[in-house]
Amino acid sequence: MAQVVTAAETLEDKLTEELGYNDHFHEHHHGDKYQSNFLTTYIFSTDHKIIGRQFLMTGIFWAFIGAAMSIVFRLQLGFPEADMAWLRPILGKWIQVDPNGIGKLDPEFYYSLVTLHGTILVFFVLTAGLSGTFSNILIPLQIGARDMASPLLNAFSYWFFFLAGVVLFLSLFLSTGPFSGGWTAYPPLSALPQASEGSGAGMTMWIVSMALFIVSALLGGINYITTVLNLRTKGMTLWRMPLTIWAFFITAVLGVLSFPVLLSGVLLLMFDRSMGTSFYLSEIVVGGQVLERIGGSPILFQHLFWFLGHPEVYIIILPAMGIVSEVLSVHSRKPIFGYTAMVYSMLAIGFLAFIVWAHHMFMSGVNPFISNFFVIFTLIIAVPSAVKVFNWIGTIYGSNFRFTSASLFGVGFVSMFISGGLTGIFLGNSAIDIQMHDTYFVVAHFHIVMGIAAFFGMFAGVYHWFPKMFGRFMNETLGKIHFWGTLVGAYAIFWPMHYTGLAGVPRRYYDAGATFESFRHFGDLNKFITVAAIFVFFLQVLFIINFFYSIFSGRKVTVKNPWGANTLEWTTPIEAGHGNWPGRIPTVQRWSYDYSKNGEEFIPQYVPLKEGERDMGH
Amino acid sequence: MSSAAERYNQSKINPQKVALWIAIASMVMVFGAFTSAYIVRRAAGNWLEFKLPDVFFVSTAVILLSSITLHLSYTGFKAGNEKRYKLMMIATAVLGLAFIVLQYKGWEALNEIGATFTVNPSSSFIYVISGLHAAHVLGGIAALGVALTHAFILPYKPTLRRRQRFELVVQYWHFVDLLWVYLIIFFMLNGS
Repeated sequence: MAQVVTAAETLEDKLTEELGYNDHFHEHHHGDKYQSNFLTTYIFSTDHKIIGRQFLMTGIFWAFIGAAMSIVFRLQLGFPEADMAWLRPILGKWIQVDPNGIGKLDPEFYYSLVTLHGTILVFFVLTAGLSGTFSNILIPLQIGARDMASPLLNAFSYWFFFLAGVVLFLSLFLSTGPFSGGWTAYPPLSALPQASEGSGAGMTMWIVSMALFIVSALLGGINYITTVLNLRTKGMTLWRMPLTIWAFFITAVLGVLSFPVLLSGVLLLMFDRSMGTSFYLSEIVVGGQVLERIGGSPILFQHLFWFLGHPEVYIIILPAMGIVSEVLSVHSRKPIFGYTAMVYSMLAIGFLAFIVWAHHMFMSGVNPFISNFFVIFTLIIAVPSAVKVFNWIGTIYGSNFRFTSASLFGVGFVSMFISGGLTGIFLGNSAIDIQMHDTYFVVAHFHIVMGIAAFFGMFAGVYHWFPKMFGRFMNETLGKIHFWGTLVGAYAIFWPMHYTGLAGVPRRYYDAGATFESFRHFGDLNKFITVAAIFVFFLQVLFIINFFYSIFSGRKVTVKNPWGANTLEWTTPIEAGHGNWPGRIPTVQRWSYDYSKNGEEFIPQYVPLKEGERDMGH
Repeated sequence: MSSAAERYNQSKINPQKVALWIAIASMVMVFGAFTSAYIVRRAAGNWLEFKLPDVFFVSTAVILLSSITLHLSYTGFKAGNEKRYKLMMIATAVLGLAFIVLQYKGWEALNEIGATFTVNPSSSFIYVISGLHAAHVLGGIAALGVALTHAFILPYKPTLRRRQRFELVVQYWHFVDLLWVYLIIFFMLNGS
């Protein structure tokens, strides 16, 4: 076995020397001056591999905070009578202790927790932590580039994200609490500083944080697109790109076109808050006082918000789709089923993302005739989504499947995407939405289809590319415990919510709707959901332990290409320095999915086509 | 090998230009969002009607002229006409600053006819949209400042690198010009 590997590596060296592309990179030594000490190497680095890992670490930090928040409000929902005084050391005055010594979660803070859980998970974890991490690490490595088109802007992209996090984190310590009007920040709660406790300083900091985050997303997106368009190595045509790169590319396009619209919406919100305009505010009575604002439309904000908000869910799920396509193909030892259809379906999803936003607003007063249009386009998304699911199943069907943590999470992703996608067909109908809107059915739908599914994609990516990122493997046993526990646990959390939602239990209520007689019998179900959530939370802690333990003490990677994959990132040294390849950049001779072909298990992209062999990419 | 590598490099557009085009696309989305919001809000009624002050049309002429002067400067740069290159670039910077001043006069004129910042969304939109556009023009003037230092402090050298840098400024400047033309036509058609 060892001899085979050595032979393959000499072949690789030989081919890189013969066919590789010499860009005279190492003659200038400009790579080294940026990495002269600890600070420039690991903190203020402009190297895409370091920046990617920075995104990942920061994402893990925020995932932990966001998940811990959900545990606090799940405790409130599942065990409303329980004493929460033990949380006082952490939450301080947000736990109100009555004379009997029984601690209760402050209702206002409950709303803050729900709001920040959404903001953190959607933006900080599943946007920055997912596409930020993997776009950074994989785009230059898989297309054969020395670094991003602009390494400096790339570093700025991370630091703006970091600052956005700092601002939001500090808002936790405001005496009036962080913003509490929901992650969607609808006016008037977001537009009137006097509307609620969190609408004052908390909302101001939320807006500043979002503005910084939008800058980060735009800088990152511009860089990813330019890099994919301009810096591909010789031979890497668009139709030879791995699906990961296609996914990150389409994701970046969506981000660059949709985040600016949120910026516009938030800018108008800032003027309403502090300059006295009334874009979103109409005649409102607050605290017995009639406001002087006239003529604004709160629906206008919803339009602007969801014009970002809907593409945003694809910004979350597309990178996961790309990662899963790659991971499933590598671990199935089979070419991805329907490569071209995969690309076109991602392009279709990306296009449709921009013309379905009002399906989030069916019940907020938009014209029902306009809703028809949005229903139709929403349901059409099921077509490219089904194409993708069919192709993933086609990829693993009849394969010699390798059950690794990475590939299991890939399969888990497909399972979650099917389960959550089916309920999307319910919710996409404006008539059914009359009953379903703002219930736990919606919560169950989007948590499964974009929350859990995107996390599974992320886990698949982390387990798969961990050897590339840190030169070591993660512990497989812990990884499999993590997978099976999370798969069962996540369904245990969200499956019951479909039932409570169908019955009409409203989301975001402090008491889970227990003030309504008809919802009281869901109390036990709520307890069950909370217990499952705690179980899943501790499994993620297990993942974090495994992650950090493996960075320092995991099993070392001894060969460049431990999974036997075709893509170019596995041709770099195990600990790749600045510039990724020590010598010439390998050139690409074929597409990236030649597995089990011509009697060989895999044929990397740098291997030239044989006489008469047809390239599968076109 | 190296000639093949050079050919391979030349077949691609300058990455900085690509990046700027993408950034321009995102700016288009910002203003597209504003003008769509304007239409949606206007359709909802309670909309104050007023005539756009004439000074905005003067500023339109000024910024259009500045694009012409910048183009002349650019062709001067390429043709080796150092004098035209420098002179026309100064003219562009002056016209750019004049545009900002004229926009400010426009806001004052709006205020005078009672279309203040807060009276009605119809006027609020004008201030916000034209204000954000003016901020983009200021960014263009800053970029022009870099081009001016190239023109006046560094020795004149029409190298490829220098030309590409200049082209970035030209690309952005024409964009903010066209953006304003779109906005003024939009305001005229959607009667405020």
